[in-house]
Amino acid sequence: MMWIDNILRTYLGDTWALIAEFVLIAIALLTVYAVLALILIYAERKICGFFQCRIGPNRVGKWGILQSVADMVKILLKELIHINRADHFLFRLASFVIIAASICTFAALPFADGAHIIDFNIGIFYLLAVSSLGVVGILMAGWSSNSKYTMIGAMRSGAQLISYEISAGLSLLTIVILSGTMQISEIVAQQSEMWFIFKGHIPACLAFLTYLIAGHAETNRGPFDLPEAESELTAGYHTEYSGIQFGFFYLAEYLNMFIIAGIASTMFLGGWMPFHIPGWDSFNGIMDYIPSAVWFFGKTFFCVFLALWVRWSFPRLRIDQLLNLEWKILMPICLINLILMTLIVVL
Amino acid sequence: MKEGFRYIKEIFTGCYRLLQGMYITLLNMLRPKVTQQYPENRGKKVYPERFRGLLTMPHNEQNQHKCTACGICMMNCPNGTIEIINKTIETKIDTVTPEGETRTVTKTKKVLDRYIYDLGSCTFCALCTSSCPQNAIEWSNAFEHSVFTRNRLYKQLNMEGSELIIKNKE
Repeated sequence: MMWIDNILRTYLGDTWALIAEFVLIAIALLTVYAVLALILIYAERKICGFFQCRIGPNRVGKWGILQSVADMVKILLKELIHINRADHFLFRLASFVIIAASICTFAALPFADGAHIIDFNIGIFYLLAVSSLGVVGILMAGWSSNSKYTMIGAMRSGAQLISYEISAGLSLLTIVILSGTMQISEIVAQQSEMWFIFKGHIPACLAFLTYLIAGHAETNRGPFDLPEAESELTAGYHTEYSGIQFGFFYLAEYLNMFIIAGIASTMFLGGWMPFHIPGWDSFNGIMDYIPSAVWFFGKTFFCVFLALWVRWSFPRLRIDQLLNLEWKILMPICLINLILMTLIVVL
Repeated sequence: MKEGFRYIKEIFTGCYRLLQGMYITLLNMLRPKVTQQYPENRGKKVYPERFRGLLTMPHNEQNQHKCTACGICMMNCPNGTIEIINKTIETKIDTVTPEGETRTVTKTKKVLDRYIYDLGSCTFCALCTSSCPQNAIEWSNAFEHSVFTRNRLYKQLNMEGSELIIKNKE
């Protein structure tokens, strides 16, 4: 990457080179974002098919690989429908808020050794703060669409996201206690000996599980998809959206799944860090030959697969069951887990 | 205390049940796929023997069929799908009289001329095949019936120039 920097600095001034680099990184990030969305949509449809003993998309391209590209083209060509008596400013803004929140979180993931865009000393707080910005967009979309379905969907979604944010945050804090830092790159570096899920004994495993459950609920998917319960609310908060605006919601939903999986793999499974066992030097050396990006994406797609597996296994919860699960079960477990982890670290 | 114990127990049993469910869905995922990919599996897919695709009248190598044109199938058909058109043929048979002289006798006989089957009104109830005393008609597995005009759905089941199998009395 240094040679790009050098070229830019020779042709442009220092300031302009910096700005050009910002733009380049943003373009690269958006490209990765879009491509990952296509891959995830394809994977989701294929794996969903497998769980139902179907084949899944298999007509567009070999094994249906181009199916999601075809869907993207279709969604780009669709008309943006004008909604009567909707709050047009908020209506248009909502989809951008959601996708911006999603991209901001996405940028903080450590994709590979050195490929880490946003990294500073309170990285975990940044992640938590930015990932929960999406709820603002959801409420905005629900309120401005002038429809009862979107309104109810958005209210449910708000209640759900705000509640599950607590468990997600607490289980991430468990790892912060173990590592003693909030900087994401530092957290990954500390796992070079052993991943935190092995290093942290039972509390880390518990935190991993609770984080997966809470993160799953935050992405509005699987058994927790009642903000967009099709049979009751048509599509929930994005019922009135069409064309690429709907595409933004769709994209953000899938990418949020990836982001949750990415955070889980960064915090618990070592991010891009290869699998190391202390003392086995030759084994560790072999593991180092596998590129770090492969490790990160492998772990992340493993977590994505877990999410899909859960999604196609369990029926949807009722709203009271959903909130009971959070406030009566997950949060107490997380708090106890936090104390346990503190004890382990102190003793 | 008892409440607390029950609370913890419920969490563990709940987790166990969830894992059971996930195990079952995982098994489902690994099972072979049931989707039939239609145009690709042409000729490869084996259809069940009793699958009713199209009414046919089997002919042997001498272009002979078993239909005696009795019309039972036509009468049994609830939709008037089958229409049997007869013709009368005259056969000259040489017989030997008890006195020892040879005489030619002309016999008239009703045979099948055309067996018309209207695929468009058939409900595949199989009353025709089950009522046929000669087992002259049967179901085949062919199911690709789409045509462009209604007239193409009228099918003649007996082949051109076919005749009844002559059974040997011996």
